[in-house]
Amino acid sequence: MKSRLLSFIKRAAAVALFAPALAMAAGAALHLDKAPVSTDPAALQHGAKVFVNYCLNCHGASFIRYNRLQDIGLSEQMIRDNLLFTGEKTGDLMKIAMQRDDAKVWFGKAPPDLTVVARARASEFGSGADWLYTYLRQFYRDPARPTGWNNAIFANVGMPHVLYELQGEQAAKITQNADGTTHTALELVKPGKLSVAEYDKTIADLVSFLVWMGEPVAEKRKSIGTIVLLFLAGLFVLSYALKKNYWKDIH
Amino acid sequence: MSVDQEMDSGRRTLLLATSAVGGVAAVATAVPFVASLTPSERAKAAGAPVEADVGKLAPGEMMTVEWRGKPVWILRRTPEMLASLDKTDDKVSDPASNKPMQPEYAKNKHRSIKPEYLVTVGICTHLGCSPSEKFKVGAEGGMGADWPGGFLCPCHGSQFDLAGRVYKSMPAPDNLEIPPHKYLADTTILVGDDGKA
Amino acid sequence: MTTKSQAVLNWIDERFPLTSSIKGHLTEYYAPKNFNFWYFFGSLALLVLVIQIVTGIFLVMHYKPDASLNAAGVPVAFASVEYIMRDVPGGWLIRYLHSTGASAFFIVVYLHMFRGLLYGSYRKPRELIWIFGTLIFLALMAEAFMGYLLPWGQMSFWGAQVIVNLFSAIPIIGPDLSLVIRGDYVVSDATLNRFFSFHVIAVPLVLIGLVAAHIVALHEVGSNNPDGVEIKKKKDSSGKPLDGIPFHPYYTVKDIVGVVAFLFVFSAVVFFAPEGGGYFLEFNNFLPADPLTTPPHIAPVWYFTPFYSILRAVTYPLFGLDAKFWGVVAMGASVVIIAFLPWLDRSPVKSIRYKGPVFKAALVIFIICFFILGYLGVLPPTPGRTLVSQICSVLYFGFFLLMPWYSQLDKCKPEPERVNFK
Repeated sequence: MKSRLLSFIKRAAAVALFAPALAMAAGAALHLDKAPVSTDPAALQHGAKVFVNYCLNCHGASFIRYNRLQDIGLSEQMIRDNLLFTGEKTGDLMKIAMQRDDAKVWFGKAPPDLTVVARARASEFGSGADWLYTYLRQFYRDPARPTGWNNAIFANVGMPHVLYELQGEQAAKITQNADGTTHTALELVKPGKLSVAEYDKTIADLVSFLVWMGEPVAEKRKSIGTIVLLFLAGLFVLSYALKKNYWKDIH
Repeated sequence: MSVDQEMDSGRRTLLLATSAVGGVAAVATAVPFVASLTPSERAKAAGAPVEADVGKLAPGEMMTVEWRGKPVWILRRTPEMLASLDKTDDKVSDPASNKPMQPEYAKNKHRSIKPEYLVTVGICTHLGCSPSEKFKVGAEGGMGADWPGGFLCPCHGSQFDLAGRVYKSMPAPDNLEIPPHKYLADTTILVGDDGKA
Repeated sequence: MTTKSQAVLNWIDERFPLTSSIKGHLTEYYAPKNFNFWYFFGSLALLVLVIQIVTGIFLVMHYKPDASLNAAGVPVAFASVEYIMRDVPGGWLIRYLHSTGASAFFIVVYLHMFRGLLYGSYRKPRELIWIFGTLIFLALMAEAFMGYLLPWGQMSFWGAQVIVNLFSAIPIIGPDLSLVIRGDYVVSDATLNRFFSFHVIAVPLVLIGLVAAHIVALHEVGSNNPDGVEIKKKKDSSGKPLDGIPFHPYYTVKDIVGVVAFLFVFSAVVFFAPEGGGYFLEFNNFLPADPLTTPPHIAPVWYFTPFYSILRAVTYPLFGLDAKFWGVVAMGASVVIIAFLPWLDRSPVKSIRYKGPVFKAALVIFIICFFILGYLGVLPPTPGRTLVSQICSVLYFGFFLLMPWYSQLDKCKPEPERVNFK
C-alpha cells in the first residue's frame, strides 16, 4: 500500500511540477517557429550590431551596460568605436535619448524596454526566443494601420516594420477557417536587400543577442552549476559513508 | 564523550574528510555573498576614469573634477608657486614623499608628472574634509606673514603646501593623495587610470 | 577536555544552560531509531529557512521598494531586481537562491506535513506541535505572498491586486479592510513599501518564534515515528527509551546526508532551471507592473493554487451573502481546518501502517484532490474545470470533516509494542 501510494505521489508530483507547458486555453493557440538560438560570439556580435542600429533608437535596454558586451567578445575599444554615441561611456546603461512622452504620442504607447524581453515573451506556446523570431519575420503591409504595417502574431502592433529594408514587403492573405478563426498566409511581394535565408539568419542573430541580453550570466551559471553538482555528489558519497559508519552501532 | 573514545580510525578519517569537504563547500558558498558587498558595476561605472581638459587653465588657476565621488584638483602652478616648494621643504613632514600617497611617477618634489600641473585628491588625510585653497602669499590670505601659499583644511586646521604636502605637527598624518592619472594629449589628463593597474 | 576549557565551560554553565541545552536537544535527546525517508523534511525546512534569511539579508542591501518610474521609464523596484541580477557581483546567484528557495520551502513543508498525515504525528500528545506547525504554514503563506510583490512585475502586481481584493468580500468591514491593507485605492508604492516591511522583518520574526515553539514543543514530548509507537513507554534501567538513540551524532550525520541530497536537487534547479519552467519565476513577471494592463491570465504561484482553486470553486451565494464571500471563507477554512486534525482523527492507532483501508483510501483521495486542485489553480476556469474543482473541494473538506466518523469505523491492525527496525 505504502509503496503504491509513494509511487503515485512521485508521479503526480512530476506531472504537476514539470509539465512542459500550462495548457492555457484562453486565446487561440499560437504557432511559433523554433528559433535557432546561438551562443556563438560572431552571431551574438552581429545581433548586437543589428540591435544597436535598428532597435536601440526607440527601445532602451536600460538594465545592461555597454561594457558587458565584452562578454560576447567585443573589446572595449570596439564598443567605443562602433556602438557608442559621442559623450557616452562604456560603463553607461544602454538607454535611449527619446523622451517617453514623445514616444507615447508617436506610437500610442512608449516602446517597452527590451533588456529582458526574451524572458518575458516565453509562454506555453514556446520560448521567448521563438516568439521574437516569429514576430520579427511576420510583418506585413496593412494600409488600414497608421504605421502601414501589421503583424501576423501580434495583431495591430504599434511598431512599424523597422527592418523592411532588409526583409522587403510581405502581403497577407487572410482566410476564414471552418471554426471561425482566421488564418494569415504571408507572401513576399517586394524583396528587400537580403534574401529570405539571409534575413532569417539576421533575425536569428538578433534574437540570440536578445536571449543573451535577457540573462548575460546564463552560460557562466551553467558552468558553475556543473562544478557545484559534481562537488555535492562527492560530498554525498562521503556523508553517506559517514552515516553508514555511525549507524553500524545501531541494532 | 563516550563516542569520541570509542571512535575507530575509519570513522575518524571519514569525519575529517567530510568536515574538510563540507568546509570547502561552506567557504565556496560564502564567495558570492562576500562578492556582493564589493562595488557593483554601477559603482564601477560611476567611478570610471574621467577626462579633464586643462588647456583653458591659466597659470595659478585650479579646476576640480569629480572622480569616484571625490573632488580631484588640477592646479596649474606658476613658477613662483613651484619655487615656494623649496621653502616648504623643511616645514613639511614628508618632503620626499616617502609614504605611498602617490604613484611612483609622482614621487618627486613637485609630486606630479609635469611640474606645472598638480593633480591631487582634494580630501584631507585626517578625517576626510575638503581643504580650502589659500593661494595668497603672506599675511594677505590671513595665514601669517610667512605663508607661501597652500591649502588649509577648515575642519581641524591641517595645512598643506602647493604640492599637497602636509606641514609638520598637523592633525593630518599624510600628504594629499595623488590619484593614478596620465596625459592622453598635451593638455588632456585622464584621472583614475594610468594604464598600469 | 582540558581543565582550562572545562573551567570556561563551567563558568558559562553557571550563567547560561549551555551544556544542559546541548544535552537536552542533541546528545541526550532520544529520537526513535526507525525514522525513514519522510523524516528528513523537518531539518530540511529549517535549512531552507536559513537559506531564505541569509540570502534575504543580502538582497535587502541592494533591492529598492519603490514603485516610481526611473529615467528609463521602468519602476525602480523592478530595475533594482535586474540591477541585482547584473550589476551586483554574485547577485544573480543570491537572487536565484532566494526565488528558488521560496518554492523549495513549500515543497519541503508540504512533504513535512504529509509525513504528519501518514504517521499521525498530530495525535496526542503532539497537538500543540501540530498547531504551531499550521501557524508556521500560515505565516509562510503570508511571507511568500508579500515577497512576491517585491519584484514589481506584472504577476506581482496583479496577484497582489486579486488577493487583496479577497478581503473586500468580508461583509461590512471588507472594503475598508482592503483599503487599509493597500494603503491606497490601488496596489501602489504604499502597498509595496508595507509589504516590504512585513516581508523582511515582521513576518520573519513571527516565523522564527513559531519555529522555536514548534521545536521546543517537539523536544518536550519527543518525536513520533513511522510505527506511531511512543518510545518513552519502554525504557531501560537507566531511563533511556529502548528504541531511542541520541539525536547527535546519529541523526545529525543522517540529516547531513539528507541536506546534501537536497542541496544537489536545489542546486540543479538554481543553476540549470532557475525559472522552474515558468512555475518558480513566472514569465509575465519579467514585464514591469502596469496598472493599466492585466495580463491575459492571472494565476498565483504554484504553491497557492490548491487553495486558490477552492476559492474559485465556490460559485453559489448563500444566506444573502454573495459567492465571493463564501469563496474567501472556504479558502480560509481549507487552511485553518488543518489545525483541527488532532481532534478529528479518532482512529485507535496513529500510523498509516496500522490504519485500515478506509483511512488509507481517504488519504489517497485527499492527496489526489489536492493535486487536482493545485493543477486547476494554474489554469483559467471553464465550466467543466469549475465542476471538477467543486467536487475536489467537497472531497478535500470531506477528508477532514468526515474523519471522526470514518476513522472510527475503520478496521485497524494492532500497534506493535516496539518499533520496527531492520
